[in-house]
Amino acid sequence: MNKIKRRKRTEKIFLWASRLLSWSTILILVVLMAHILIEGTHYLSAGFLNNFPSRFAAKAGMKAGIWGSFWLMVMTTLISVPVGIASALFLEEYGIKGKIGKIIEVNVSNLAGVPSIVYGLLGLTVFVRYADFDRSLLSGALTLSLLILPVIIVASREAIKAVPNTIRYAAYALGAHKHQVIFGHVLPVALAGILTGVILALSRAIGETAPLIIIGALAYVSFTPESPMDEFSVMPIQIYNWAGRPKAEFHQLAASGIIVLLCLMLTMNLIAVIIRHKSSKRMNL
Amino acid sequence: MNSQDYVMTIKDVNIFYGEFNAVKNMSMNIEKNKVLAIIGPSGCGKSTLLRCLNRMNDFVPSFSIKGKIEYNGKNILKSDPMELRTKVGMVFQKPNPFPKSIYDNITWGPKIHGHDVNLDQLVEDSLKKAALWEEVKDRLKSSALDLSGGQQQRLCIARTIAMKPDIILMDEPCSALDPKSTIRIEDLISELKNEYTIIIVTHNMQQAARVSDKTAFFYEGELIEIDSTDKIFTKPKEKRTEDYITGRFG
Repeated sequence: MNKIKRRKRTEKIFLWASRLLSWSTILILVVLMAHILIEGTHYLSAGFLNNFPSRFAAKAGMKAGIWGSFWLMVMTTLISVPVGIASALFLEEYGIKGKIGKIIEVNVSNLAGVPSIVYGLLGLTVFVRYADFDRSLLSGALTLSLLILPVIIVASREAIKAVPNTIRYAAYALGAHKHQVIFGHVLPVALAGILTGVILALSRAIGETAPLIIIGALAYVSFTPESPMDEFSVMPIQIYNWAGRPKAEFHQLAASGIIVLLCLMLTMNLIAVIIRHKSSKRMNL
Repeated sequence: MNSQDYVMTIKDVNIFYGEFNAVKNMSMNIEKNKVLAIIGPSGCGKSTLLRCLNRMNDFVPSFSIKGKIEYNGKNILKSDPMELRTKVGMVFQKPNPFPKSIYDNITWGPKIHGHDVNLDQLVEDSLKKAALWEEVKDRLKSSALDLSGGQQQRLCIARTIAMKPDIILMDEPCSALDPKSTIRIEDLISELKNEYTIIIVTHNMQQAARVSDKTAFFYEGELIEIDSTDKIFTKPKEKRTEDYITGRFG
């Protein structure tokens, strides 16, 4: 009897400890958000979204950062998604047999864990200097593509792996060739998983600062980029720049910037969740 | 019997998974428009042989085969598997419809081969032959995954029929189904044999007795006996066949 009582007590203690710990992480997040909201709402207005940066906090805005980030994301998507999905398809469906295949597999996963600043240095050497793209949007997009490619490849491979073999065999048994099996069945089934991975990778890319600073994205830009070869700034760099100023007003501006960036990232994550939810319903999983 | 009545001829076939000899020195003939049942205990090589008849074993990495399997006078082991599979269809153990609409399940095969047919008509014909038309005619555009297991299996049969094959291979097609769905599929097999040659692998001896014209008994990778189903189940020549049929091992 005594033993049972003791176990019940342990159970209770454990339950309360878990509760406390999980709520404390949420609490920290809430405090952070509240702080940013209180700081940031002062300068948050239509003007903030439409103005270029300025010496005067009241006139300063994020227009350059928003459009820089937007075009950077568009270009990064165009570069990284086709390459990533094609790589994942090749590795998963055709594959390289034996040792080399294993080495590639392990290394792609490892690349996903390489610090972003390393990619920045790579981008600076290869794209900015060697290829002579200078500090352009193109250099930035290529660098960020390198950064998120491993994430897209790993996520896409998982999605492709999750397609049941019975579907592939059913298609083969009808006399289908491999490419017909892939484009007719594997990709459509895996697409939701791939898209989720892509969106999560892009929402990582949109918050990246370090590699873009290394390749020379500007902190003060008073124009929106017009071509891939233009110089640019992005939201996280503007936030970083404002947060580094001594004046308190600029700290408030930084908080406003964070709100805009957070809203964007949350929207992207929400889209990923919705896609996943919809597709799991469609697949009767 | 005239050799022209044979749709397929298996000659001295040996099948290996790595070093393991799963099917040994097997030779047999498969008669046109008959149902052949292959029975035997687990691991006797019956599914292995079946999957060789439309080269579905090619996907097993350690697989290798020696010997000859002739279809229409051509050795299928040396010809194009894609072409072969359009003529030798397969129904799998677990129903595996594509996660698409009922309509698309049936039309996908003919479409990728560029068959020039009236697709609506093809869907109707195939579903009617698979005894599924009445149940699904009002919801052809809804997902095949909403069907019951038995309906899904009949859809898979319809999908195979839509390719207009000569031979339909069935790998324990009822093992994942309830008794009622099983009977429907068995009735269907009896109807289909007028148009197609059917080879069915089954664990269920009663099923073999009910649906087949001929029965082959496999044991440890060897063909022990092949004869008309009546004979196999009433007076088999081999002692091992009798022991298996009467349930002394299995």
